[in-house]
Amino acid sequence: MDRMFFEQLAMPLFDQLYNHACWLTGDRADAEDLVQETYAKALRGFASFTKGTNLRAWMFRILRNAFLNSRTGLAAQKTDFLEDQDVPVDEAVTHAVTPEEILLRSEDQKTLFAALDSLPEMQREIILLCEVDEMSYREIAQVLDVPVGTVMSRLSRARVGLRAALGAKLKEEVK
Amino acid sequence: MACTQDRACLETYLDGELAADQEEALQQHICACPRCAGEIASIVRLRRAMKPGASRFTPSEQFRQKIQAQVSAKPRLRMNWLWPVAAAMVAVMVVAVVWTQQSALRSQTFREVADLHISDLASANPYDVVSSDRHTVKPWFQGRIPFAFNLPEFAGTEFALLGGRMVYLHQQPAAQVVVGAGQHKISVLILQANSATGASLPFSDGIAVRDSFNVETWQKNGLRFFVIGDAEKTAIQSLSRKLQAANN
Repeated sequence: MDRMFFEQLAMPLFDQLYNHACWLTGDRADAEDLVQETYAKALRGFASFTKGTNLRAWMFRILRNAFLNSRTGLAAQKTDFLEDQDVPVDEAVTHAVTPEEILLRSEDQKTLFAALDSLPEMQREIILLCEVDEMSYREIAQVLDVPVGTVMSRLSRARVGLRAALGAKLKEEVK
Repeated sequence: MACTQDRACLETYLDGELAADQEEALQQHICACPRCAGEIASIVRLRRAMKPGASRFTPSEQFRQKIQAQVSAKPRLRMNWLWPVAAAMVAVMVVAVVWTQQSALRSQTFREVADLHISDLASANPYDVVSSDRHTVKPWFQGRIPFAFNLPEFAGTEFALLGGRMVYLHQQPAAQVVVGAGQHKISVLILQANSATGASLPFSDGIAVRDSFNVETWQKNGLRFFVIGDAEKTAIQSLSRKLQAANN
């Protein structure tokens, strides 16, 4: 009974989870391992899932924890987020550079994806959760297991990072 | 007028996560500030370019099926366990029905064999051919039955050939040879082992007691033999061995 319920709720998230796992790991085999582990853990822990709450956030959180425990994930944790103490955002950077306009001209999706790929995993993750998976701050907070305020500061830092990475990629292309 | 809006605030606005009063204030500001309006437009463009990232990686069908099976493993397992049991039950029922039918056919055949033996004993004309010579009895059947069989030499044994006649068993021509053993008469019935008659059914070979008669039956070279009589078991067996030896 519970199992049928789980299948009905969890299988529609399959493509999204797989896509997200690929973005995180950058490797399809690793992503398959992650997704498989996620479904196995979710199935085992489904009894502890509170019905009526957000299953998607719950499953993404399981996926994330599995990722953090993986080899790539452990490395990512070391390099990321020295933060959460508030580093002032550089106003000059945010208003001066407009790589988006150059991007529009070159119309190069690959450049944007390459810039995303070059970001530290944790920055890439939060941008994807927000803009690709279209999660609310509250949902993201559930996935990352941090307060909403932290989501906001991490997100804005990640976006500055993306702009910088995009600018760098475009400069490479011009050369 | 210098714009004091920071970009993060515009992003939060586009995420739809500003508080209602902040949102309203920012909306008014954007209308008045071309710089922020341009900024908003460029952020929107960037985000639109990012949307295809949602389907950048698609899982293989094989992997999808693997996870699907993993998630719905238990019900399938239950079915896997159920099918052999159901199949076994059906098989047992089929075997039981077939066995019952065969058993009924067998006992019916034995009854008819016994009837033929009894009616022969009671008959005023028990034999169509009366002879103690096997070389007379055997040729007599030629042309009357669609098969041939051999009789052993009875001279010098406890048995004496009395005669033979043609009978029908299950609408099939059969040879009945009567052999005397002391005061007892023993009937030997021989017919073709035809599947339509039940005579080819897997009778358990060897001697059995039916309606207080001793009966031995076997099948050899497409012929079914019955040896039936009220003589001693050992006599029935001894006669059967002789017949088996003669028809090898």
